[in-house]
Amino acid sequence: MSMTISAVRPRTSILDKSLSRGRGEVSLSCYALLFSELVQYCQNRVYTVPELQNKLAEMGQEVGVKLIDLFFVREKNCKREIKLLNMLLFVKSTMWKSLFGKEADKLEHANDDERTYYIIEKDPLVNRFISVPKDKGSLNCSIFTAGIIEAVLNGCGFPAKVTAHWHKGTTYMVKFDDSVITRDKQLEER
Amino acid sequence: MSRQGTRLDSKKVNSELFTLTYGALVSQLMKDYENVEDVNKQLERMGYNIGIRLIEDFLARTGCGRCYDFRDTAEKIQMAFRIYLGVSPTVANWSPAADEFSLQFETNPLTEFVELPDHCLNLKYANMLTGVIRGACEMVQMEVSAYFVQDQLKGDNVTEIRVKFIKRLEDAIPAGED
Repeated sequence: MSMTISAVRPRTSILDKSLSRGRGEVSLSCYALLFSELVQYCQNRVYTVPELQNKLAEMGQEVGVKLIDLFFVREKNCKREIKLLNMLLFVKSTMWKSLFGKEADKLEHANDDERTYYIIEKDPLVNRFISVPKDKGSLNCSIFTAGIIEAVLNGCGFPAKVTAHWHKGTTYMVKFDDSVITRDKQLEER
Repeated sequence: MSRQGTRLDSKKVNSELFTLTYGALVSQLMKDYENVEDVNKQLERMGYNIGIRLIEDFLARTGCGRCYDFRDTAEKIQMAFRIYLGVSPTVANWSPAADEFSLQFETNPLTEFVELPDHCLNLKYANMLTGVIRGACEMVQMEVSAYFVQDQLKGDNVTEIRVKFIKRLEDAIPAGED
């Protein structure tokens, strides 16, 4: 039996360190400039606004999947949510507070479609220093945050599609799979 | 200085969001480029773009004047790291001619949660930082080179960036004026 031993093996792995409390901060200017580079990079590799949105969403998802364990271990004692509403509240409150320093402004349920929820944020952090050019009017870079939300929901067993729209600031439209709604109803009946 | 610091530091962002966003960017670059060297270069270039804009923010925020010498510059770079990333690198290992020094980091917010897989050992994960230093200095008429010499991700005890003064840019034309 052979074993590959890494050329460089750190003395301590990241799992040996205790989890930080997540209170670290960096300056907003820094984050804004980093995000700007990220958007420019994506923009240079695509031709259309929808393609750009997809790319930004994908990068957001990359962030989202990593947040799941981080937040549930740190904030929820390793217990995941199983009820839809609790999950949404987790996103709106716990996750939002950790990421953006405040809760999301609003969480609403669509009147005409039980699968659809809206998370509303008047002034999203990532958009603060972005002025969208006229020819790209529909572009909302908050699709990056939508990607984060989507990955968190999917990773927690609530498959959904999340999109970002210019409405009351930015509205994230969360559209769940039918299966999620069905399961949630069964849970309620028990 | 600290008084100014607290007043202007109200605009902060959670460092984990920053770390993970940077990570998403690096992993995207790793997917898009075949060659790790190209990723290093691209990260440096992005850092440069950030640096040439960040210096304005730094000057406005701190009211710093011109540097007397390179030691002064080193102190200001150190201060900038504290303001922007909340870390205080140690300035060390001056060359005898005082034109070269090291910034040593005990922690690096960019690399929290990061472990380099074996096939990425040539990746300079935080190479954006060297670009930021180069870009920022260039905007105040100083050509410097900055590069990693040690990296905790690769098993070193500290993370160390070497900064070398190259020359003063006398006839710099403002960006976009040529």
